[in-house]
Amino acid sequence: MFFSRDQVIRVNAETEDQLQLLQALEAREEWEVDFWLDPVSTDLPIDIRVPYDSQTAVMEYLNANSIRYSVLISDLQELLDEEKVEMQKNQMKERMTKSFNFGAYHRLETIYSWMDTLVAQYPNLISKQEIGKSYENRPMYVLKFSTGGNKRPAIWIDTGIHSREWVSQATGVWTANKIATDYGTDSSLTSLLNNMDIYMLLLANPDGYAFTHTNDRMWRKTRSMNPGYSCRGVDPNRNWDAGFGGPGASRYPCSDSYHGPSAHSEIEVKNVVNLIKSHGNFKSFISVHAYSQLLMYPYGYSCRNVPHQPELDAVGTAAVQKLTSLYGTRYKVGSICNIIYQASGGSIDWSYNLGIKYSFAFELRDTGRYGFVLPANQIIPTASETWLALKHIMEYVADHPY
Amino acid sequence: MATGELNPNHYQAQRAAKVVQHYLNTRNGSPFRLFRLSRVHSGNLEDLVDSGRKYQLEITVKESISNTTEKLSASVLFPREERQGSAQVQASCDELLKVNITAQEEAFYQQYKNSQNLVSAQYLPDSHGRIDDDMRPFWHLSIVASSFVMLKESNENTLYNMAQVANVTQLATENDQLKFDGHILLHDMVSQEIIHWKLQFTWSPPEGVKVLQMEQLPHCHHCEKPQNSN
Repeated sequence: MFFSRDQVIRVNAETEDQLQLLQALEAREEWEVDFWLDPVSTDLPIDIRVPYDSQTAVMEYLNANSIRYSVLISDLQELLDEEKVEMQKNQMKERMTKSFNFGAYHRLETIYSWMDTLVAQYPNLISKQEIGKSYENRPMYVLKFSTGGNKRPAIWIDTGIHSREWVSQATGVWTANKIATDYGTDSSLTSLLNNMDIYMLLLANPDGYAFTHTNDRMWRKTRSMNPGYSCRGVDPNRNWDAGFGGPGASRYPCSDSYHGPSAHSEIEVKNVVNLIKSHGNFKSFISVHAYSQLLMYPYGYSCRNVPHQPELDAVGTAAVQKLTSLYGTRYKVGSICNIIYQASGGSIDWSYNLGIKYSFAFELRDTGRYGFVLPANQIIPTASETWLALKHIMEYVADHPY
Repeated sequence: MATGELNPNHYQAQRAAKVVQHYLNTRNGSPFRLFRLSRVHSGNLEDLVDSGRKYQLEITVKESISNTTEKLSASVLFPREERQGSAQVQASCDELLKVNITAQEEAFYQQYKNSQNLVSAQYLPDSHGRIDDDMRPFWHLSIVASSFVMLKESNENTLYNMAQVANVTQLATENDQLKFDGHILLHDMVSQEIIHWKLQFTWSPPEGVKVLQMEQLPHCHHCEKPQNSN
């Protein structure tokens, strides 16, 4: 049926007589009125669809009998058309985000286009910002989760800075989706996002990531050229201005832990530094790596305790307890230097020294059985358990403003 | 470096404990038995003037395939000088050895012993962590063979895992031993380097894994070849 310019009106019968008059209205077949809510009592509303051609007559009938009404829908067809468009759009978006397999490793292009569908599906929560380009001129995108305000206190999460650690990027993707879908339903996350922003850099080393797909699955570094050497790349997590060039980083370009010619020489690092510094209101900085099953806090460049060591250790320990509760996965907590090795020029040392107290680094699954080539069927379990730890840290940060 | 009681979660005890894992695999690893360090409960470090630095550890080891664990005591002595050889380990996991794998080992051995078609596989696991069920025993064998290298190469400044088998190729059976050429990638967590090794190794149920040849390969930085990533 075609409902162009049909109206839907709401009537309230005030007396029994009026109720009977409305019941009689239905008998007037030539008017073809269609009751959406039948005239049953004077207590209940009565909704009637009045075809366009009958409107004048029906309104006259109601007015003549002092039956009051209001217009609920002024053009039913218009409403139906809008609904149809809306449904199609939603179906498409859902197909795109539903059809994205979070339990698989994806190429860079796929992740980038998925990011666009996520932003399109949650435009009031998520925006995509280009923070600069990589060495090979790939855009670097940050997803900003925000419910408003102006430079609200923010949480930073980066994944994939070491490109071969594939479960890191994959966890980032799942987590971004999780935040998007849980906002509005999970009370603590909703409360957090009503007061703070979350920034996620899913591919912190896009050139490296592309290279792991095309040439060398075990590539770790950036892809910058090192003058005079055939070896490319700098370890982006030895390139930050925190004890730069000290122990635990190599000065040899061919090394997988080469610190680079100078602090922040890598554009991928500089882009993040610029964002964090110009924003000025980050309260937490979390960097996600794999593998070893660790949750660490600064320092890496020195084994001496940071002033906030007891607090960071307590937060980390509680976060890990939540992680373990899901599948029994065991993590160790401690400073980078004590737990794995002394390593200078690391990102969370830099962020901590900048004043971002709650700086943490994750090393996700596993402990070496599969190592970097973690089976894809472990992505979602890894991301799910990690989420519990991340949420704990974020909630703690939100509860402890400084 | 501090001697005495060690924090079991810190790297000193963890690195020494990993060496025990490599040692146990060289002694008793097989296509159907693989040891992994599960936890370090306690550690103690002694500096012995003439010999080197000795770690005394209480650890839990897990047998990966049966998923059973055993708590044991182990000691690891890292010699003071390189010429004194590699780490000396004392450890045994009698309980885990009781898991019966005889039938699987025998069936596997018979299947490939007189084979006309010699097995060859690349990238175990593949980039996505996938590995065919019938390739798993070869992956395990390669891990065991790698353990000989990892044991030999380990010191207080390394933490080795086998990252991936680039290639494993069966050669003709010799002296009743299955024989293989392998190209494996080791990952050293401390330097973060991927180190390539070529190995020739044998296996049979009575003899276990023996490494005939091992050779480190230089990593050619400008000649990385594409892997079968998809």
